[in-house]
Amino acid sequence: MSATLAPACRPANYRSAVKPIWCPGCGDYHVLMAFTRAFAELGVRPEQVAVVSGIGCSSRIPAYTNCYGFHGVHGRSLAVAAGLKIVRPDLMVVVASGDGDGYSIGGNHFLHACRRNVDLTYVVMDNRIYGMTKGQPSPTTEPDFDTALVPGGTGMRPFHPLVIALASGANFVARAFSGNPAETAGIIVEAVRHPGFSFVEVLSPCVTYRPDQRAWKDRVHRAPVDATDDAARAARRVMTDDGFNLGVLYRGNRPPYAPPTGKAITDLAELEREFEI
Amino acid sequence: MAAVRGGPFQIRIQYRKAAMAEASSVSVAFVGSGGAGALTTGRLLLEAACAAGWHGLLTRSVGPQIRGGEAAALLRIAVDPVECHGDRFDLLVGVDWLNSHRFETEIALGPDSVVVSDPQGGDPPAIVAASGARVIELRLKELTTANPAWRPNMIAVGAAAQLLRLDQAVLADLIDRRFQDKGPAIVAANLAAAHAGAAAVAHHDLGFGLARPRAAGTRRWLITGNEAVGLGAIRGGIRFAAAYPITPASEVLEWLAPQLAKVGGSLVQAEDELASINMIIGGSYGGTPSLTATSGPGLSLMIEALGLATAAEVPIVVVNVMRGGPSTGIPTKSEQADLNIAVYGVHGDAPHIVVAPQSIPDCLLTTQWAVHLAESLQVPAILLSDQFLGQALAAIARPADVSFIGQRQRATAIVAPYRRYALTADGVSPMAVPGVAEGQYTAESLSHTERGLPSTSASDHQAQLDKRRDKLERFAFGDLWATIEGQGALAVITWGSLTGAAREAVAQLARAGRRVRLIAPRLLSPARPVEMAAALEGVSRLLVVEQSHGAQFYRYLRAHYSLPADTAVLHRPGPLPIRPGEICREFLREQFS
Repeated sequence: MSATLAPACRPANYRSAVKPIWCPGCGDYHVLMAFTRAFAELGVRPEQVAVVSGIGCSSRIPAYTNCYGFHGVHGRSLAVAAGLKIVRPDLMVVVASGDGDGYSIGGNHFLHACRRNVDLTYVVMDNRIYGMTKGQPSPTTEPDFDTALVPGGTGMRPFHPLVIALASGANFVARAFSGNPAETAGIIVEAVRHPGFSFVEVLSPCVTYRPDQRAWKDRVHRAPVDATDDAARAARRVMTDDGFNLGVLYRGNRPPYAPPTGKAITDLAELEREFEI
Repeated sequence: MAAVRGGPFQIRIQYRKAAMAEASSVSVAFVGSGGAGALTTGRLLLEAACAAGWHGLLTRSVGPQIRGGEAAALLRIAVDPVECHGDRFDLLVGVDWLNSHRFETEIALGPDSVVVSDPQGGDPPAIVAASGARVIELRLKELTTANPAWRPNMIAVGAAAQLLRLDQAVLADLIDRRFQDKGPAIVAANLAAAHAGAAAVAHHDLGFGLARPRAAGTRRWLITGNEAVGLGAIRGGIRFAAAYPITPASEVLEWLAPQLAKVGGSLVQAEDELASINMIIGGSYGGTPSLTATSGPGLSLMIEALGLATAAEVPIVVVNVMRGGPSTGIPTKSEQADLNIAVYGVHGDAPHIVVAPQSIPDCLLTTQWAVHLAESLQVPAILLSDQFLGQALAAIARPADVSFIGQRQRATAIVAPYRRYALTADGVSPMAVPGVAEGQYTAESLSHTERGLPSTSASDHQAQLDKRRDKLERFAFGDLWATIEGQGALAVITWGSLTGAAREAVAQLARAGRRVRLIAPRLLSPARPVEMAAALEGVSRLLVVEQSHGAQFYRYLRAHYSLPADTAVLHRPGPLPIRPGEICREFLREQFS
């Protein structure tokens, strides 16, 4: 990351004047706060940051920052971000998503973004519900959670994003809670600084469709052990914990994606030689 | 409604040389089961002809299997560059006849045709007997049994070169170069096989009468349409590509991957077409002209993101090498049935560019132009090539250089607040790329204000829809929008790869004393009503020619333009090509409808 330092790095410098559409009490307000704090701590100029998103409540975040933003279509933020970072390695690229956008419609891109290991930071605000479409079950919703679309619950095993990320090759894996914005900001800073694909799952309550998630603030706790560089150990830990362990789980050391380079030519006419009779 | 005709045609137009005159071209087909080497054989023969100074065109018709399916190499050797196959093949060589019935309708024969067949190689397809073609024997099985190192296709290429009176020394040199890396034993076996093939047919004098070549020493290329698209892309300024493999577009990507790296760019293989197009949207948002290439099924998956690029005004180029559809269709064979999805596929009102190249050299020009249009207008551009053009290998005169370079209006010195989607006179708003101070904005898929902020207001929606329409309509596309050749009250209108067949038909009709105008729009969207009205000025009879079952091009023309009352359509789905003779026959009728 070679971005130039901003002169006065206050979180407010990274916040736009646009008023969020989120419900009062939404966890995403605190994720926005964590973003601006992290950017200030990183000291990067706002124009050197791109925040890329898809569709959903969480994906509204780019316009609320004072950075370059991309609010694309549902589920494809990782692809947009990969293309951007590959052509512009000088930029700091942060991707914002939610459990529906990132794990359902965008699930395939998640797997391959982990494998490809482009130097991105992927922040998924997980509230285990589709909020913007008014309360349908997402891949992380509990199987017996009753909704109008799927009465009685989906009966499906919830998706485990951290294990999937570890198994697919993400280079940095962490869990945070939106209610602790300072700690979340710290994790985002670490995630940005870590080379390759960094994945931060942020538990971010939906107070409208999941009022039960107000209790998350009492359930979360700091992980009792330090991060590891052993993906198998990290996976075992995260599969056996209570789902509310917070902190950095895994720091890998795979080299980030670098596009192949060829023998440089200066004259485009050289490209046509192979066709000459 | 005008008459809509389709179905297979019996060809009666005289196209071959008169008995004594020299032929301007000769057509040869090699068929064999997949892996039998028919395509290698065709390429060697084309290269031998090119080395002698002829031009030529080599297309393929293959089944989906890599091995054990069916493959045909269709070759036309000509004095001047050719853009389509003729009405029939002069020479058909069966390396074997396994599965050949699957494409027998694609290989038209006549009583003057010659078929080379191995009596032990299975029965020739029914069309051979039906055509009355002369059959001569080439005992491939016998020769390869006696000489196990000989490959039947190498015997066949020697025989074909002999029958066509191509220089055997040139062929030997090509075989030597092609198989050098496989070791001297293989080279020697292949040379011996080709020599034996030539010797086996040396007593036949078929007199194809191809006129002497005259292109030796001129600057010529041997290039496929897919390679020409790749070269046009780089010349136009493309420096990033992301794509998912698909037949018949993969060669665009495989050519681009190493070449982009040489010019400081890169290509990424994405996990699917949804990722491909979104990756190039990301690359272009970052300021780098970006492209993807796909075929029908991939284009279907990309449609949502084409709307995103239209709404967020991010320039991209999407190359669609059309194949038979719908669904998986016929992946290996050509059709022109993606016109509707290309023009109308995006939900909402989403004006964008659709262009179509008309020949192999035109693949280069039109791709370069597409990059220029996309970047100038900050809009997605779809290029509709097809399997025929994409996978055809042609010897062409080196195309003239054109100056189109993709250049977008950039916002550099910005006074806040930056209005990314500012309403301007020409509808194009200077674009800031990340890194430019005070240019921060959010590229927005939602309906938005001039500043790019989400808006559900009727007036913002209307203003941005108007802007995106106007920037296309006010652009000066120039003469490249269409090919318009000749004059007169008769006209043929076509598009894409069928332009070559139409042009050849017009030339044949001219020789028969009929003047026919050729109109082939290169720009399919946005429509150009004023220019089209001028192109059709004075036309009283119009023939629409296209390769789609649903007459998509005809319906598109009806939707956007006024056509003469006497308008007819010659259309049929792929993979059967529409040949020049069929087009001519339509004009020899008293009237169309």
